[in-house]
Amino acid sequence: MAGKIFALIVVLITLTTAYCVMAHVWWMPVDISVHGPKIDHQIEETVLVAGLLFIAGQLVLAAFAFLYGGVGGRPKQIPGGAKPLIIFAFLLVGTEILALSFIGSKAWGAVYFEAPDPASMRVDIQAGQFAFYFRFPGPDGKFGSIHPDLINEGNQNYFGLDPDHDPDAKDDIVTAELAIPVNKPILLMLHSKDVGHSFYVRELRVQQDFVPGLNIPIHFTATQTGRFEIVCTQLCGLGHYNMKAYLSVLSQGDFDDWLKKQAAAQ
Amino acid sequence: MEPMSAHAATHHAPPQGFIRKYVFSVDHKIIGIQYTTLSLVAAFIGMALSWAMRIHLGWPDAHIPLLSMFSPNGAPGGLMTPEYYLSLMTMHGTIMAFFVLTAAPMAGFGNFMLPIQVGAADMAFPRLNMASFWVTFVGFVLACATFFIPDGPPLSGWTAYAPLSAVGTVAGPGQGWGQNFWGLSIAVFCVASLLGALNFIVTTLDLRTKGMTLSRLPLSTWAWFINAWVSLLAFAVLLPTCLLLVLDRLGGTSFFIPAGLVINDQLQPHSGGSPLLFQHLFWFFGHPEVYIIILPAFGIVSHILPTFIRKPLVGGWKAITYAMIAVGTLSFVVWGHHMFVSGMSPFMAMVFSVPTLFITIPSVIAVLIWTFSLYRANMRFDTPMLFSLGFISLFISGGIGGFFLAQPSTDSYLHATSFVVGHFHFTMGLSAIFAAFAGFYYWFPKMWGRMMNETLGKVHFWLSFVLVYCVFMTMHLTGFAGAVRRYSAFVDDFMVPLIPTQRFISVAALLLGAAQFIFLFNAIWSRFQGPKAPDNPWGATTLEWDTTSPPPFDNFGGRQITVYHGPMEYDGEASVMQTSPEVSVAGT
Repeated sequence: MAGKIFALIVVLITLTTAYCVMAHVWWMPVDISVHGPKIDHQIEETVLVAGLLFIAGQLVLAAFAFLYGGVGGRPKQIPGGAKPLIIFAFLLVGTEILALSFIGSKAWGAVYFEAPDPASMRVDIQAGQFAFYFRFPGPDGKFGSIHPDLINEGNQNYFGLDPDHDPDAKDDIVTAELAIPVNKPILLMLHSKDVGHSFYVRELRVQQDFVPGLNIPIHFTATQTGRFEIVCTQLCGLGHYNMKAYLSVLSQGDFDDWLKKQAAAQ
Repeated sequence: MEPMSAHAATHHAPPQGFIRKYVFSVDHKIIGIQYTTLSLVAAFIGMALSWAMRIHLGWPDAHIPLLSMFSPNGAPGGLMTPEYYLSLMTMHGTIMAFFVLTAAPMAGFGNFMLPIQVGAADMAFPRLNMASFWVTFVGFVLACATFFIPDGPPLSGWTAYAPLSAVGTVAGPGQGWGQNFWGLSIAVFCVASLLGALNFIVTTLDLRTKGMTLSRLPLSTWAWFINAWVSLLAFAVLLPTCLLLVLDRLGGTSFFIPAGLVINDQLQPHSGGSPLLFQHLFWFFGHPEVYIIILPAFGIVSHILPTFIRKPLVGGWKAITYAMIAVGTLSFVVWGHHMFVSGMSPFMAMVFSVPTLFITIPSVIAVLIWTFSLYRANMRFDTPMLFSLGFISLFISGGIGGFFLAQPSTDSYLHATSFVVGHFHFTMGLSAIFAAFAGFYYWFPKMWGRMMNETLGKVHFWLSFVLVYCVFMTMHLTGFAGAVRRYSAFVDDFMVPLIPTQRFISVAALLLGAAQFIFLFNAIWSRFQGPKAPDNPWGATTLEWDTTSPPPFDNFGGRQITVYHGPMEYDGEASVMQTSPEVSVAGT
């Protein structure tokens, strides 16, 4: 009896889980990046491959628990012993793994192995407890140097710029929101001023840690206008849950206006 | 290699007096019980922490009166502060991963059972064994002490990523003496684990009784033996890592802190260190650690299943043992999959992804062996068997999540979401706990000489099994929606709609915790009031069932033990003890 109840529960859990995944009860939001569909495709492939293994594994377990409880007589082993199982594991799982690795490496490569477009618009992001700040190079196209000793939240010198002595820093535009033009390649340069943080925009399919001491580049192109949340996903202290900013993907015209307004407010 | 005489190697007189008998005991059985008890206490503390966290996540405005008594600063008026949430989370992970999951299945059951299963009178180094436990105890006290020091427990997670964990109080609350205590606690735990691992290895190799060849070792002993090697190599790396972290905090060094950090508008006096170095060192330990947790579970389930299916595992001892050796070996070359989005070279992500996917193969072989061993079995559904079946189901579910996290491309979306939380709770958390419960119900009669109540055991299983899925499968699903982990409250636009689901998880987690009190009651009540256990209540064949319940001080009452068979001599109702010269019924 216990075996039959166990089987029933396992079947119910398996079907409920399969339904929730297939019906997308909880699912990824709309994708707004050029590379994103490759990642989505890879997740769907994995759902298929791993999902079949999940359903098969649980149902076989349930079936055996259902069928072979307390039967009298001599028990028997499966014909052929362990050999077919081991061959099955190597062939089937091995093939699936190789397939996933090959297709997956393309998705990963599309994000990380391709050089950024030389015409990319470059934006600096600085993460700190518990806010993101963004920096645009201004009309000269050059970023001023960062002087950690000058960083001061109190006088709003978030990046530690020295505009009095550094001409490159004079026209840098520092903002609390990230706005970018749609369909334009973007090169973000990530650095942290204090501890580890992370840049996660679900809709962009981008997640990248900030590591103190390193400048980490990531690049992408957004394909839809809209306003999306940037959240921190690396534990950074008490305000971690509340560390967020917004990404606004704008038309080129709207973006130019926005940047002008930001420059005027510096 | 001819094993030496067990009695010659470990002879020591029975202890006199309460202190030597039950406190500073060199008897492996007492030490096993001490470890098991410590793990049980730790498990209920860890669970209480998760209760507080789940209440806060479901109802952020809830006042938890008990909590304000416990920590007036962390929960003024019972309302949890964000930093206290993170402290509870850090200590939940630390206590559960180290003092429950690493300690119970290996040091708890292993200490009690391994010497008996190989036919020895004690561990090879009984005094070292006593030291292992008491050093672990000191580590546990240090960890618990963080709750009572003024600035509270650390909040940088059980992984203690630098530089947050390394720079001190300037980085906010939870970075004072609590973090120092944490580093010292884990360093001390490493020392204990290294001593324990040496003892397990030497005992298995040198103290096997006559006829106990490696091919006749019970699978639980095989698992503890393999695991001891993995522990030896992994804890040897975590120990210096913790010490370097403490040095960065107290000694002014900069192993993990780079130059130019500005925290709270103060330029930090460090330069030259690397936060990624900490991550590499931590995960070089950390990934083998999850196998250190799960390999004893493999062993316990592989040891218990044949008793209740009344036949050997398919493939005999070899298939499952080789699978465990493969898992243990591969566990050392996969650590980088924790660091796909860390800023490590993206080429390295590919390098770590492939062995991570390949470690699936021995794991799948193990699952296939357990599952297909059920084919045409004569299954008995006693509580240990139910928990073993639950283990197989949970391990399958957990393993499936691994496919998503082993690939850098899919991990880059799911990393740091509740999908990961669900995944590791299924695999190294609940799978290991279910195997430990299976072991507890199975060996309780041997360890304490009394039977546990079957009805309560079954109720405990059914509730736990269903509720575990409600909690952690739901976390997988919300992970697809990008629900971020380690948040003390949900303020993001996309997280707010998930709050009803969070409440569902919280209710299920509270009920799951409540169900564990059925187990606790059953264990305590049965310890004193349960019916007296026969020597061999399950009709098993290995040496621990070939002596009294509980075993005498020297394990076999002076009997010379000779082994004639492998550990899985079952054929339906018929079975042959390992020590019986009768003809084999299963050809092992």
